[in-house]
Amino acid sequence: MTATTDLPTSPPAAPPPLGGVGFARWCWRQLTSMRVALILLFLLAIAAIPGSVLPQRGTDPIRVNEWIEGNPTWGPLLDRLGFFDVYAAPWFAAVYLLLFVSVIGCVVPRTAHHWRALRAAPPAAPKRLDRMPEHRRWESSEPAEVVLDRAYDDLRSRRWRVSRGDGWVSGEKGYWRETGNLLFHASLIALLIAVGYGALFGWRGNVIVREGNGFADTLTQYDAWGGGRLADPAALPPFAFVLDDFRVDFERGEAQRGAPRLFEAELTLWPTPDAPAEPALVRVNEPLAIDGAKVFLVGHGYAPQLRLTDALGRVVHDEGVVFLPQDGNLTSTGVLKAPDATPSIGIEGLFLPTAAVDDVRGPHSTFPEADDPAVFLSAWAGDLGLDSGIPQSIYRLDTEGMTQLGIEALRPGETWALPGGNGTVEFVGLTRWASFQIAHDPGKEPALIASVIALAGLMMSLFIQRRRVWVRASDAGSPTTVVEVAGLARSDEADLAPVVQEVVDGIRAGSAGPGPHEGSGKP
Amino acid sequence: MTSASLAEWSNLAVYSSMLVLIAALISFAVSFAARGQRVMSPERVPVGAGAPVSAQSPDNPPQSAVPGRRAGNVAMALTWLATGMLLLGLVLRGLWAGRVPWGNMYEFSLAWTLGILAVFLVVSMRRDIRWLGLPVVFLALLSLGLAVTVLYTEAAQLVPALKSWWLVIHVASAIICGGAFTVAAAISSLYLWRDRAERRGKVTGIVATLPDATRLDTLAYRILAFAFPLWTFAVISGAIWAENAWGRYWGWDPKETWAFITWVIYAGYLHARSTAGWRGRRAAYISLLGFVSFLINYFGVNIFVNSLHSYAGL
Repeated sequence: MTATTDLPTSPPAAPPPLGGVGFARWCWRQLTSMRVALILLFLLAIAAIPGSVLPQRGTDPIRVNEWIEGNPTWGPLLDRLGFFDVYAAPWFAAVYLLLFVSVIGCVVPRTAHHWRALRAAPPAAPKRLDRMPEHRRWESSEPAEVVLDRAYDDLRSRRWRVSRGDGWVSGEKGYWRETGNLLFHASLIALLIAVGYGALFGWRGNVIVREGNGFADTLTQYDAWGGGRLADPAALPPFAFVLDDFRVDFERGEAQRGAPRLFEAELTLWPTPDAPAEPALVRVNEPLAIDGAKVFLVGHGYAPQLRLTDALGRVVHDEGVVFLPQDGNLTSTGVLKAPDATPSIGIEGLFLPTAAVDDVRGPHSTFPEADDPAVFLSAWAGDLGLDSGIPQSIYRLDTEGMTQLGIEALRPGETWALPGGNGTVEFVGLTRWASFQIAHDPGKEPALIASVIALAGLMMSLFIQRRRVWVRASDAGSPTTVVEVAGLARSDEADLAPVVQEVVDGIRAGSAGPGPHEGSGKP
Repeated sequence: MTSASLAEWSNLAVYSSMLVLIAALISFAVSFAARGQRVMSPERVPVGAGAPVSAQSPDNPPQSAVPGRRAGNVAMALTWLATGMLLLGLVLRGLWAGRVPWGNMYEFSLAWTLGILAVFLVVSMRRDIRWLGLPVVFLALLSLGLAVTVLYTEAAQLVPALKSWWLVIHVASAIICGGAFTVAAAISSLYLWRDRAERRGKVTGIVATLPDATRLDTLAYRILAFAFPLWTFAVISGAIWAENAWGRYWGWDPKETWAFITWVIYAGYLHARSTAGWRGRRAAYISLLGFVSFLINYFGVNIFVNSLHSYAGL
C-alpha cells in the first residue's frame, strides 16, 4: 500500500491578522519581556544623565536662571523640554513607570508559577541520565530498592525536596532563589510606592535664625516651605525653639586652612506650646527629631548689628542684618532697607570677618573666623520700590530711582554720618545666624524597609543555587545493581561536581563495592 | 612616632609598593611572553597554568615544565608584597590623620587600588588567575600613579559633614565595589579579545594563554554577582547617611545620580546574562559600560561637577 502525499503547490498562507485584542496582547508580551526590560533599564540610565550635568531647579535655581540667560537659544528650549527639572519631568517619569509596569507584568505571572512549583513534587527522572552534565555510575551488590531507600533518606536529610517513583528518586533544592528574586522585584515596587507616598505627603522648609532669636513651627515663620500635593501646612508639629548660641570652629593649620571643623547650635526647645523648655543641641549629622519632623543644621553666617538713625533722629533699625556668605572665607553680602526712615534709606553691605584689601580683588576676607571684622557700606536714599507691587528679595537692593549717598568702611563700634545730613549708621557688634532645614517625610521608613528587603532578596537570588539531582537503580536482568546519579544546575553554576559527589558519597556510605565511574555526559 | 615621620613612612610605604608593583608587572609580562612563545599554531586546548587539568592530551607537558610558571609565581608573590605595603601605607596615613584613611581623593585612590589588588588576590586564592595579573597590576599602578602625582594632598581633619561612622561603612563598601568592578572590567576586556580569537579560529600567541571564553565570562559574572549587592548596600547606606546629614535620603545630587546610573547598568548586565542573545559579548560590553559609569561617578563628579559630594580636597 502506498501513501501519497500532496506537495504544497502554493506558498503557505499568511497568518491571520492580529486584530485589536491580539495586538494589545502582543504589546503586553513585548513590554514584559526581558529584552524590553533591558532596553528600558538603559533608557533610565541615559535619562538620568542630563540631571547631573545641567543645573537643576530643585537644588540650585539661581544657576539655572544664569544658564538660561547665558544660552539664549538652547536655554529656553531645554527649559520647555524639562531638562532643568529632569527627575520631575514627564519623560523621565514615563521611562520608570514603563519599567515598573514591565516588572509588575513579569513578577505576577512568575509568582503564580513559582507558587505552583513550590507545591509540586520534583519531576520524574529522565531515562537517559548519562546526558546530564554531571553523571556517576557504579555497580552495587545491594538490591535496587535498598539503594533507592537509602538515597531517599539521605537526600531528605540534606534538605532536598524528594519524590520517589518506580526505580528512581528525584530531588530538587534551591527554591529560595526564585523567592528571593520575586521578593527583590516586589520590594522595588514597594520602594517606588514609598517614595511616591513621601513625595505626596512630605514637606520641607528652610529658615534662617539669628542668635538670640527664635522660631515657631508655623507656615508663616519659614523663609521657604514646600510640600507635596497632599501635605497639610496646618498640620505642622507645634514646636518652637530659640537659638541661644551657635559655635563654629575653623581649621587654623596649614592643610585645608579655613575649612570648618565644628558646627553646633545650642537651642532652647519647647516641644509643644504647653511643655516646659528643654535644652537641645543640633549638629551636622545629628539632627533634632520632633514629632515626625527633623531639624537639620545646614548653613551659617554672620549678622552684623547695624543701628540706623534717620535725619529726624529716630532709631529706625537696631538689630542684626543677615549677610549671606559668598565664598569659603565667608565674605558676605547683605542689604538693610529702612522704608520708614526720612528719607527712605537702603544700604548695601559687604561684610568681611577677617578684612583685607588689595588692588586686584578689592576688599575680601582671608579667614572665615571674625578675627578682624569690617563692613563696607554703600548707602542710598530715595524710593526703595517696596510699594510697586512686585516682590523683592530682601538680600538685593534695587537702586533705580535712588541716589547714592556715599561709601564707607566701618569697624565694630564705629559710626558713619551719612552725607547730606541723612542720618547715621553705627556698626554696633556682631552676631551669627544658623540656617535650619525642617523636613517631614512619611515615606522614608517604608522606603528603608523596602530597600533592605530588596537587598536580602537580591542576595538570595544571586547566591542560592537551584539544582536537581536524580538517582536511578535497576537490578533487572543483572546480578548486580546498576546505580546512576546525575545532577543538573538550573542556574548559572560552574561547579556541580562536588554536589553530585556528595550525594554519591551519601548513598555509598555503608555499602561496599567498586568505585563509581565518573564522567560528563555532554558530548 | 612623631606625626611628621608617620607621614614620611606612609609616603615611603606607598612609593615602595609602587616599585614592587612595577617589578610584579615585569614578572607577569615575562611569564606571558614565555608561555605565548610556546604556542606557535592554533590550539584547541589553552596551554598554561589556567587550564583545567582534566583536559588530557598527549602533547600536554607536565605542569612543572610550563615555561613562565616560575616568573608567574614570582609575580604573584610580588603582588602580595606590594598589597601588604600599600595596606601599611594606608594604615600609617590613617594614624597620621587620626581618622579612617579615606577622606579625600588621594586617600580614596589609595583605598581603591587596595580594593583592586585585594579582589584580585582573594580570587587568586580559589583559582589560578595569573593571566589576569598583567592588566590588574597595570591598572593598580595607573591609579596609584594618579594618586601620588595629581591627587596628593596633606592629611587634614574632616569637614563636619564627614564626621560620622557611616564614612567607614558607606565609603568602604563603595571602594571594595570599585575594586571588583575594575577587576571584572579587565576580565571582560580579556573575554572580548579571547572570544574574537575563538570565533575566528585563530587562538595563538598571548590569547592562547588565557582561559577559554566561557570561563572568563563565568569569572566576570561571579565577581559582579558579588559586587552588585555590595553596591546596592553602598547606595542604601549612602542614603541613610544623607538623610542624617542633609535632611533628605535622595536628592539627585550628581554623585547619587551616577551611583544610580552605575547600579542600573550593572542590573542590566545581570539581566543580559539571563536573556537569550544578550549573553557573552553584549554582556561584556555592558560590564565595560558599567565600569566607565563608575569612573565618572568616582573621578568625574568629584573633580568636574560642583556637588554636595565634592570632598575632593584638591
